[in-house]
Amino acid sequence: MKPERLLIAALLAVAAVLIVLPLFAEKFYVQLFAKNLILAILAMSLDLLIGYAGLVSFGHAAFYGVAGYALALFAPQNHAANFWTSFPLAVGASAVLALAIGFFVLRTHGIYFIMVTLAFAQMLFSLFFDTKIAGGSDGIYIDVRPVARIGDWQPFDLDNFVHVYYLALFFLALVYVLLRTVLRSPFGRVLAGIRVNERRMRSLGYATFRYKLVCFVIAGAIAGVAGYLAAVQFGVVNPEMLGWHLSASVMMMVILGGMGTLLGPALGAAIWMLLELGFQGLPQAGGTDLGKHWQLFMGGFIVLATLFLPRGIAGIAGMLRRPRETPHE
Amino acid sequence: MRPAAQCRRFCFVDFHTFLIQLLNGVQYGLLLFLVSSGLTLVFGIMGVINIAHGSFYMIGAYLAWSLAGALGSFWIALPVGIVLTAAFGFLLEMLLVRKLYARDHLYQVLLTYGLMLVFEETRSILWGDDVRGVQIPQLLSASIALTDTLSYPVYRLWISAVCLLVAALMYWVMQKTRVGMMIRAGVFNREMAQSLGIDMHLLSRMVFAAGITLAGLAGMIAAPTSAVFPGMGNQVLILCFVVIVIGGMGSVKGAMVASLLIGLVDTFGKVVHLEIGGLKLLPELSSMAVYILMAAILLWRPEGIFGRKA
Repeated sequence: MKPERLLIAALLAVAAVLIVLPLFAEKFYVQLFAKNLILAILAMSLDLLIGYAGLVSFGHAAFYGVAGYALALFAPQNHAANFWTSFPLAVGASAVLALAIGFFVLRTHGIYFIMVTLAFAQMLFSLFFDTKIAGGSDGIYIDVRPVARIGDWQPFDLDNFVHVYYLALFFLALVYVLLRTVLRSPFGRVLAGIRVNERRMRSLGYATFRYKLVCFVIAGAIAGVAGYLAAVQFGVVNPEMLGWHLSASVMMMVILGGMGTLLGPALGAAIWMLLELGFQGLPQAGGTDLGKHWQLFMGGFIVLATLFLPRGIAGIAGMLRRPRETPHE
Repeated sequence: MRPAAQCRRFCFVDFHTFLIQLLNGVQYGLLLFLVSSGLTLVFGIMGVINIAHGSFYMIGAYLAWSLAGALGSFWIALPVGIVLTAAFGFLLEMLLVRKLYARDHLYQVLLTYGLMLVFEETRSILWGDDVRGVQIPQLLSASIALTDTLSYPVYRLWISAVCLLVAALMYWVMQKTRVGMMIRAGVFNREMAQSLGIDMHLLSRMVFAAGITLAGLAGMIAAPTSAVFPGMGNQVLILCFVVIVIGGMGSVKGAMVASLLIGLVDTFGKVVHLEIGGLKLLPELSSMAVYILMAAILLWRPEGIFGRKA
């Protein structure tokens, strides 16, 4: 079988497993996978920036967290918010924020871009952390989950963990198809051009700033989708959701899976979660609880992975491929 | 002294409070300069972004705490700590950072972020997660009385003096010595400097170690005035990024100006209650003032006040 066919077959198999998973898995695992699907959406949105437009954003969690806060602040106390209004509102909040931040940060390049995206995300972090707007450092609870009712008909129930899982799966598929379409369009080709040589694209007559801004807003809005779903799933929003640790983790997911592949980063999210669970489950050793200090191992892993696996899993696949045959003497 | 109700827009209680805040702002800014000048030089000369730079501020503070406890004196702890951080920086460049020069910024961010996690957790294992305090050394524990009730601690003045001394020393090294000339050449054009016979590898290692040492020194001398706590390095790191964005990458002069600016904005932001049209802004919101300043600079000069156009 050709490698492409093999990949498609593997994908279909994974999709099939994901679709039937809630039928036999326990609640804990369904929720774990739902969390994973949500992170996969977030990782894909960052891949659009890093892998396709060459914009290394170190503040992507900001858009994820803000959508969660938008839901928490919009939802009335003790009453359920309406899904059909709160969802567009939360995603819209992320998009508007991405537009505002993008307007400033896209004036910079390279190292500056990394620093400035981090700084703006940190500004939002300190806004929610230091002020009492939304519970300060403790965060804010969403006591009653949004209700998705149209008239008398309720297509899905967000209190039901299986429904949340399928909603996340649905959005993951939707986001994937959407991003594929965007990247195949002329817009996507321009983005690829900007990544390789922005100056040349500008001299060809493309208003590169606008293209980058639109791309930044799309990525921010998709991160908002993920943030909304996360807020619904956990029923709580806290400043960690927009912190730089999450931004860095998502970056790692993108690199682990292989940037510029969309599905790779989704897989990277799964690997990342497995690593996190694995390191957190480490036993006691010599008086120190290794599981409590799991970030030590995560840090070590990040160092090694960036040194030896710069192209992620996709890179390993490339290494295992047979070398091109060289003509014999 | 005017009653507070009569103050309209900016409202300080009186001149002495203003003076104290001014001194605090300058001291904070100078401390920030110590950390950010190393970072900006490492950026400028090696093109490496170092997320773990703030960790050395934290490590310095914890070193001051543990060494002062073990050796019995802050004055012995200080030189020992300096030697330790310098050696650490030298080794780190040799073992890891060197591998990053040819890499994309993305990988530099991730690797140094990983390092930051390792440092933070190692600190947690070695020294725990509690907030620690370091005693102000006896020699500098006095206060200068300004009024009957207000006074200013000598130790804070000493911090400013040390920072100014280091800044002057840096200026002398950068402008008047051969090494400084080589560093400036490296910031301007690394390849060209290399091809003119300057050993850029050795120079990079020295600059990196020096930058780390400055961050460590800042942490050590700041330890007695502020609490020593986990995560203190990250707070400083992000402010350092703001300093570099405002001042311009690779510019020590820019780092000085921007550090002072941020020190003052941050300090006064916390005490000045700005009223706009009867709407009182929360003092908590003042932590955003620094970032708003950065946004304004980005619009005006995206490459920073003293940065060169790319």
